[in-house]
Amino acid sequence: MNGAHDLGGMHGFGRVEPEPDEPVFHADWEKRAFALTLAMALPGQWNIDMSRFARENRPPGEYLSMSYYQIWFAALERMLKERGLVSDEEIAAGHSLYPPKPVARILSPADVAKVLYRGGPTEREPRTTPAFKPGDRVRAKVMNPPTHTRLPRYARGRVGIVARVIGFHVFPDSNAIGAGEDPQWLYAVRFDGRELWGPQGDPRSSVSIDAWEPYLEPA
Amino acid sequence: MQLRVRALETVLTEKGYVDPAALDLLIETYETKIGPRNGARVVARAWVDADYRARLFKDATPAIAELGYAGRQGEHIVALENTPEVHNMVVCTLCSCYPWPVLGLPPVWYKSAPYRSRAVADPRGVLAEFGVTLPPETEIRVWDSTSEIRYLVVPMRPAGTEGWSEEKLAELVTRDSMIGTGLPKSPADLAK
Repeated sequence: MNGAHDLGGMHGFGRVEPEPDEPVFHADWEKRAFALTLAMALPGQWNIDMSRFARENRPPGEYLSMSYYQIWFAALERMLKERGLVSDEEIAAGHSLYPPKPVARILSPADVAKVLYRGGPTEREPRTTPAFKPGDRVRAKVMNPPTHTRLPRYARGRVGIVARVIGFHVFPDSNAIGAGEDPQWLYAVRFDGRELWGPQGDPRSSVSIDAWEPYLEPA
Repeated sequence: MQLRVRALETVLTEKGYVDPAALDLLIETYETKIGPRNGARVVARAWVDADYRARLFKDATPAIAELGYAGRQGEHIVALENTPEVHNMVVCTLCSCYPWPVLGLPPVWYKSAPYRSRAVADPRGVLAEFGVTLPPETEIRVWDSTSEIRYLVVPMRPAGTEGWSEEKLAELVTRDSMIGTGLPKSPADLAK
């Protein structure tokens, strides 16, 4: 979706402001929102691409005025409600009012280290051969799906060079809408600064994106 | 927010979907165990051990796992080599992708609109705001983390560190130098 999350190249946000000696979390609720989001992925059975869409899919003004963990928390509430795991009534009451839905599994303290260490690899056994090889000129397709995609707007229609064939990876555009992993070849594609930004681009800079094969066409 | 988050945690706990002890453990892990000191150890190892360095640039994920770091948000890691000719810098313009097992959770500025909007279009300007000025002929390569690949910048080893131990070298490696928005400390910085 062409949402406010797709920020590359926008103007007007001002300077980057690093915080000296920044703590990992800035409030107790951030810690709990972070941990709840991680822990609920097991009983919730959603995938990372669904989570990303739940975060980015909101009015631009709202997205830009929320803090990072406010967005995480709003997405968590949304996914829980969509799956009928909690209701608005229960959120308002702050207590469970209805019996729980059966869930596949929950995260136990004994499993935390194991689950984190395993993570969620997205590389799959290749079922096809890659259409492009390093050095190929490719154009990022012009496309505007209203659903989740990982092709940033600033790259669409631009020509780059395949720098590397990364592997055969889960395709987020499909995975986010529950249509299956549909793995595809993934490439690192490098675009010159001038190609992306015209006269304002830095000729001594480039931007690489990771692009799945359906995002690309020969140029 | 405090009340809203507590209310939801209570609902989810009462329903048996979450165990609060697991939540405590998740928080403790990212506050105390998984952070940029992990990445600093990887970089210092690459500075002193040529074989390790070669393995790291060939396939970073298993090389990093040799030091015990792996997993969530670092399932597929690529190491980027800074040289006198090329400076690498990492961003996630679409969200906040960041190599958790080696750098921990991202700082607020990394997730912020100013960094995500400008790192791709004006990398030199962003670096200047971090106090980093590179020679004009240095090529800047920005890596936008749009997939599940996570990028770790391996900065150049500072001059004047010949014969230093891996442990001492790791003290020079800052978080920002592994994102590409900073340079490692110099021996003089460490003496301060």
